[in-house]
Amino acid sequence: MRVFLNENVIEVVPGTSLFQLRDQYRPDADLVIFNGFPLKEDRPLAADDRVVLIRRGEQPSAAEMEALLMARHTPGVHEKVRGACVGIAGAGGLGSAVAIALARIGVGRLVVADFDLVEPSNLNRQQYFIDQIGLPKVEALQHNLARINPYVQVEIFFGRLTPDNSAIVFAEVDVLVEAFDLPDQKAMLVEAFLGSASAAPLVAASGLAGHGPANTVVTRRAGSRLYLVGDGCSAAGPGAGLMAPRVGVAAHHQANAVLRLLLGEEPE
Amino acid sequence: MKITVNGKSRELAAGTTVQALLATLQMDADRVAAEHNGSIVPKNRFADTILAEGDSLELVQFVGGG
Repeated sequence: MRVFLNENVIEVVPGTSLFQLRDQYRPDADLVIFNGFPLKEDRPLAADDRVVLIRRGEQPSAAEMEALLMARHTPGVHEKVRGACVGIAGAGGLGSAVAIALARIGVGRLVVADFDLVEPSNLNRQQYFIDQIGLPKVEALQHNLARINPYVQVEIFFGRLTPDNSAIVFAEVDVLVEAFDLPDQKAMLVEAFLGSASAAPLVAASGLAGHGPANTVVTRRAGSRLYLVGDGCSAAGPGAGLMAPRVGVAAHHQANAVLRLLLGEEPE
Repeated sequence: MKITVNGKSRELAAGTTVQALLATLQMDADRVAAEHNGSIVPKNRFADTILAEGDSLELVQFVGGG
């Protein structure tokens, strides 16, 4: 009889009970989740039941994490995502959220660049914690990503990206995400990367400030290797602050565009 | 002459440069990324990149926030 144990398919003898399964595979588990519900009483298993055995505080191994992601993703998706390298230029409101989304789906390697430190004013939208104020953003983000999925390789570049170093820092990426704040820096990165030897596409963002409708934030193709996320016009400034919801909408448009590009699909 | 700017056909005087077109469109060159017939035009070439009949130009003017 086939059942799922911690997302892996296993064969058990018909008539096996939940606790017999636990005692056989992980007797030290202190949490038994049966078809999505934690159970305290034993019960018989039926074909295709899903059982998750957890020992509190214990991290899944790389193989278990892999099985977990494979089970959650459509077949064929996980292999492509795991083999990918994605660059993120800027670790602010956009970059930190993009990085977390990509780490959660198990992108194999992330290269994150930023020169800034975590400031109190960042916490209204950026994926940092109050006890990380003063740390370099790239270090704080690397730490946070490791708490989500320690099997994602995160390389950090703590410094300013320039026309000279951008293409070098991101030489090996399959897709680059532009997640800067200032418009001239956004244009600089697009010019430096799309003018470099890399053939990788770039997903940039423009127009995501304020609390206008989320539905005006779109993903569109804006060049042969350039994709643009945003409403194109909502600049950050007095009266139009950057806020977690809309910045998050744009960041996840970017992350989804990256995913689609990695899978060979057109983001638009 | 006719060129395509961001997917739309546009009538321009012969000899128009990228920089002149940006000025006409009231775009700030420092915030613009330009792709001319599929290749990125570096900012320092905006002034001497002359557009020709049938050219395709993609212009993105960025706004701040990230």
